Amino acid sequence: MRRALYLCAAAAVIAAATLSAQSVASINYDANSDFLVLPPNTHLGEVAGVATNSRGQLFVYTRTGHAVATLGDERTFYHGGSRLFQFDQTGKFVKEIGQGAYGMNFAQQVRVDPQDNIWVVDSGSNQVMKFDTEGRVLLVLGRKPENIGVRPGAGIPASGGMPQGVAPAEGGRGGGGGRGGGTPGAGINGDTFNRPSDVAWDRAGNIYIADGFGPNSRIAKFTKDGDFVKTWGQTGSGQGQFNKIRGLVIDAADNIYVADAGNNRIQVFDPSMTFKSEIRNIGTPQALCLSSGTTQYLFSSNSNDPESMDNGEIYKIGLNGQVLGRFGKAGKMPKEFGMVNAIDCRTPNNLVVGEVWNWRVQKVTLR
Amino acid sequence: MRRLAVCSAVGVLLCAGFLLAQGGAPAKAKATTPEIPFEIVANFFKTPLLGEAVGVATNSKGHVFVEVRSGETKLMEFDQNGAFVRELGVGSYGMAFGHAVRVDRYDNIWAVDEGTNVIMKFSPEGKILMVLGKRPDPLEQLALMPGGGQYSGANKPYSFHRQTDVAWDAQDNIFVSDGYGDSRVVKYDKTGRFIKSVGTRGNGPLQFSTPHAIAVDAKGLVYVADRGNSRIQVLDNDLNLKTIYDNVGAPWAVCISEGAHQYLYSSNSFPTGNNFDQAGTTGEIYKMELDGTVLGRFGKAGHGPKEFSSIHQMDCRNPNEIYVAEITEWRATKVLLRPQQRTNN
Repeated sequence: MRRALYLCAAAAVIAAATLSAQSVASINYDANSDFLVLPPNTHLGEVAGVATNSRGQLFVYTRTGHAVATLGDERTFYHGGSRLFQFDQTGKFVKEIGQGAYGMNFAQQVRVDPQDNIWVVDSGSNQVMKFDTEGRVLLVLGRKPENIGVRPGAGIPASGGMPQGVAPAEGGRGGGGGRGGGTPGAGINGDTFNRPSDVAWDRAGNIYIADGFGPNSRIAKFTKDGDFVKTWGQTGSGQGQFNKIRGLVIDAADNIYVADAGNNRIQVFDPSMTFKSEIRNIGTPQALCLSSGTTQYLFSSNSNDPESMDNGEIYKIGLNGQVLGRFGKAGKMPKEFGMVNAIDCRTPNNLVVGEVWNWRVQKVTLR
Repeated sequence: MRRLAVCSAVGVLLCAGFLLAQGGAPAKAKATTPEIPFEIVANFFKTPLLGEAVGVATNSKGHVFVEVRSGETKLMEFDQNGAFVRELGVGSYGMAFGHAVRVDRYDNIWAVDEGTNVIMKFSPEGKILMVLGKRPDPLEQLALMPGGGQYSGANKPYSFHRQTDVAWDAQDNIFVSDGYGDSRVVKYDKTGRFIKSVGTRGNGPLQFSTPHAIAVDAKGLVYVADRGNSRIQVLDNDLNLKTIYDNVGAPWAVCISEGAHQYLYSSNSFPTGNNFDQAGTTGEIYKMELDGTVLGRFGKAGHGPKEFSSIHQMDCRNPNEIYVAEITEWRATKVLLRPQQRTNN
């Protein structure tokens, strides 16, 4: 009986959610899906990350080319698979950053910090790399597994924290709390990430990593120099619990917004990491962005599932959690969105959107 | 125990399918079909193909696109004289192990890649306009390695599993033969929206054993090269079975010519492995009416000049000017038919 009541209540909540999502005002917009000028013989693949710097230059982190396995001793090594391109304000190609870097294997996100450093999140190497504008590596968080296991049942068995089939590095400190007796999904007190998805900073420059959409369900905090501070979160659906973290942004007051995709909500935490509120009725948040300026807006993409052309809309949200409007739908045509994984919203009416499905970047102008 | 029995039954089926897929069965129509005289244009392609030529297609200007599994899979463009023009999709995320290339009526070039499970639509200028399918997350795939890409029949709306070919009807709906890991035909509208999918693995009606190529005629009928079952299944535009042609051997490649009177060509290719027990019964290409009437055949199995190793794809925009891509002999060939000199032996 109680269970039935729960179900009824759940159904009512879902109905209400659907209703409110539909009643959100549509925002008119234009999109340009053909503004990037790439050098000859260079192609974008799945676009995982887009970000602009203070000068309007655009950085695109894309899965292109292939992750290549190298046959070595009894182990198999891998490299390549993703590239970071820089474009000028008009979309013209400027240069490639980090070409051939050890940790660029499966692009997940790129962000630019207030000092215009470029931060790359890679969910293949499970690393976060910080580059300066000249492309020098300033900081590396996480370590890439030394080799990959391609013979199930043989070689080094996959263990805590690593995706199945990925052997931990020598002396690997498997993340994935719970398997070692800790709280499920809590990870360890360090930078062993498992499919990290995003990075953000507070005003003091502390670093927050969303870790991630694998079995870890936590946010890890580091000082600006990369020293571990704390970790919070575990797998679940309660307050401060996560299920597949897809994005992370921090507002000017150091409040932290986490795209808790598996729970269809954005959780908001205060600067002490205490749960504050949650934003619902925005579908499954996959890409988050916070605009700059005195009035900040939060953008969140309800990206389509790879096996569906439903959803796909992007929400504009006030920092009080009020959904102000929505635009777009899933599809492969220009002005439609295919698995949006990244939004840049430095100026809130001129967005840049990166799509995994459609291998492209669109410039979106809100009217 | 019972599950085991089912498993081994599946294993036998897969095994049988594999053997069938290798072809080698003589075509019923061979003995009764007149030979069409033909010539090879020697050294038409001026740049060597350094790998398996899996795909070949022409555009309206006579340019020829060849998909080659060389060190990296390449999509090469040649002009109407066979001079190399350029390469498309260099370093693209979607090009790991090519399977076919086709050109639509707008001269867009579609590359079918069974190593990434992706089909890329290139503009005539070489820009990627649309992507069908999704390359799997490599870390999620690691646990499956080393796999053979065998039939699993996932039949997902927007993902393929070693798809083989693509074709379009007059409304620009997109038809995909998919393939090795699935065993079906998938229909999308021109915007890439999923409409319908039919087929499982097997040898019954609307079942397939390696649907290896696909072509659509001007009326919108869909011809599926059901290679492992040695038959062409003809479907209507809504993917209902219309008829079956089972007298032209194992169709590795099919194409339909342009013009008011369209012809269907089907290649009973010499299987890979160079097994000369099969050479006498394979290697020929059939020219057919769309209704299945066999008009003639040409070619024979072999690696020499004027022989065909394993033809993997054909282009027959012009019904008397056929391009063939061969995987074992690493070559693409321009073939001129002389139908007016048809002999009647």
